[in-house]
Amino acid sequence: MSRLPASPDRWSALKATTPARIGLPRAGHGLALSEVLALQLAHAKARDAVHAALDIESLRQDLGTDTLQAQSAAATRDVYLRRPDLGRILSESAAAGLADAAREPADLAIVIADGLSAMAVHASATTLALLIAQSVRKAGLTLAPFIIATQARVALGDQIAGALRARAVLVLIGERPGLSAVDSLGAYVTLALKPGISTDADRNCISNIRNGGLLVESAAARIVWLIIEARKRGATGVALKDESGLLLPGAGGGQDPLKI
Amino acid sequence: MVIALAMTRQAGHHGAMFHHTVDQTRHIFPDLKTLLAKATPPRSGDMLAGIAASSAEENVAARMCLADMPLRTFLSDVVIPYEVDDVTRLIIDSHDAAAFAPVAHMTVGQFRDWLVSDEASTAVLAALAPGLTPEMAAAVSKLMRQQDLILVARKCRVITRFRNTIGLEGTLAVRLQPNHPTDDLAGIAASTIDGLLLGAGDATIGINPATDSLPQLLQLNQLLDELIHTHAIPTQSCILTHVSSTIELINRGAPVDLVFQSIAGTEGTNASFGVTMAMLDEAHDAALGLKRGTVGNNVMYFETGQGTPLSAGAHHGVDQQTLEARAYGVARRYAPLLVNTVVGFIGPEYLYDGKQIIRAGLEDHFCGKLLGLPLGCDVCYTNHAEADQDDMDSLMTLLAAAGVTYIMGVPGADDVMLNYQSTSFHDALYLREVFGLKRAPEFEAWLVKVGITDARGQIAPAAAVPALISRFEGAAS
Repeated sequence: MSRLPASPDRWSALKATTPARIGLPRAGHGLALSEVLALQLAHAKARDAVHAALDIESLRQDLGTDTLQAQSAAATRDVYLRRPDLGRILSESAAAGLADAAREPADLAIVIADGLSAMAVHASATTLALLIAQSVRKAGLTLAPFIIATQARVALGDQIAGALRARAVLVLIGERPGLSAVDSLGAYVTLALKPGISTDADRNCISNIRNGGLLVESAAARIVWLIIEARKRGATGVALKDESGLLLPGAGGGQDPLKI
Repeated sequence: MVIALAMTRQAGHHGAMFHHTVDQTRHIFPDLKTLLAKATPPRSGDMLAGIAASSAEENVAARMCLADMPLRTFLSDVVIPYEVDDVTRLIIDSHDAAAFAPVAHMTVGQFRDWLVSDEASTAVLAALAPGLTPEMAAAVSKLMRQQDLILVARKCRVITRFRNTIGLEGTLAVRLQPNHPTDDLAGIAASTIDGLLLGAGDATIGINPATDSLPQLLQLNQLLDELIHTHAIPTQSCILTHVSSTIELINRGAPVDLVFQSIAGTEGTNASFGVTMAMLDEAHDAALGLKRGTVGNNVMYFETGQGTPLSAGAHHGVDQQTLEARAYGVARRYAPLLVNTVVGFIGPEYLYDGKQIIRAGLEDHFCGKLLGLPLGCDVCYTNHAEADQDDMDSLMTLLAAAGVTYIMGVPGADDVMLNYQSTSFHDALYLREVFGLKRAPEFEAWLVKVGITDARGQIAPAAAVPALISRFEGAAS
């Protein structure tokens, strides 16, 4: 470990070591207005991200292929925030719609879900989903149509996989926005062996997918590895450790996957 | 409105049934936990659990019913059976009947009236604490307005010591929380220096590590130990990792000051944290054995928060505020230096907005203090809750009025590792200015000695900062 970098401007040397808001200018004993407003702006962006609605039409166009839609039993964002249990189950009409759409059982269903940040979905979910779809098809897997899910928690993917009779499900979902990033995407791979009774211990999670975090290309490679290994080993979750061996620039970021 | 509650008594249920009539409506509460849940001020977690009052009238009827209930009911009727839960067993088995005697004849409502009276003095409340069960504290808090919660908590004095004295009248301590997203040692040192230069860190310098790797935890532990000893800072360090990791660190000879653990009010929730009372006993003994405190030996640091038992699926149909008070029943077994309710961290499905977070923070602080614990509060919120810094200003100001033991100090209020907003070093300075609050006296004297503050405790002007930074710069070497 090296000493803290020396510099005539003491704060700039310290600030280079951490994203934390240190050495802030003061007014009286409190924060200078510039800092008060800077925090308000970061919070405002995070709040807007939490409440932004998914633009389903533009997602459909970007995906450029067959898509299905699935609304959870949480009818509004307000209900979604209060009732995580409703975000994990399909609305009656969505359940019926998916049942009608079910074809031959597919190896994988890819769900694109708003979660707590539609902005994250618009930032990288389409590119990521298309990259993954291409790779897993090349590996010989069959795919259900893309599913666009709204007011969705991670576990909604289990119900979607059940309705479509898919053998595994990948949920790409907006993570809870922080002050430093509002467009962070999470990816959850679950083998749908036991529809309806999967827990978080049965999933593999890759988080902090964004520009400045885990880049889409690296994320896609890791996710494809997990999907193919899960299929080989017949398990996801604690039984499948990520041994993809890829470097993880900026991965992590303190997100708690259980909080999504 | 007629509430059609089931009249049937469960077979084998030994507790009483409760009822209260408002106008022509008889409100029936089949058992103690239902009565407590229905009497609780509204919050999203109890609604999510399906145990909240179904109308505003039922909410108040339950409070009226609870007000008439004898306080001693809590010694014969329990919210979670004795046989299935070790927290219930701890509460019942450690109850001090002699300490309880002065209030043994009261109803819960009479107890509230007595608590706000002059008769309930600081000395009387201190003597009473071991005679109260967590459920008694929770029950009476449900009958109290926020001003009652502030007034009574302010009379409770809980003093703890390790390398300084925390909880003296007229003081407020701050936990310096220098987290970093990748546990970078230089980055953590930089945030620590920022906090010290703003006069924070007397409660503890406590890091939430991003990793649970033992070699990395050891490095963090050594970083803080070196900083504290090189500069003779009268404070204590804490690495907020799982108790089993801290036991392992102690076994490897690490310089551990405080043992941290998240705890909750049911055995099942603690099991979901991977912790048992036997493990806490072992860690407590190990930390005491190190004898690292200089002015006292309170060696434990606990964190709690309403809603964790529901989140863990181990709430037994008991409301989240009563369960939170039961967590304090666990904490007091260990005479901790600090207990922290992380009130807004859990999210809007448990505490929806600023109003619910503020009420919960005041309830937790009151219950903890009444039970004899050094309660601090992480005044905080997440970005998906309906809350902002104005709500945090309200809660921290109310808690300072209530005599809160300590709050968090996070650079700019923005925790870049845990991704939530708490209170800043500057927020503590605001509270000191408004309420005339001092720091732990040993720490206050050190700040004056090294020139961070003047003799009145005022922070040095910005011009003095470069020289002060130079003083600490070896910290991460």
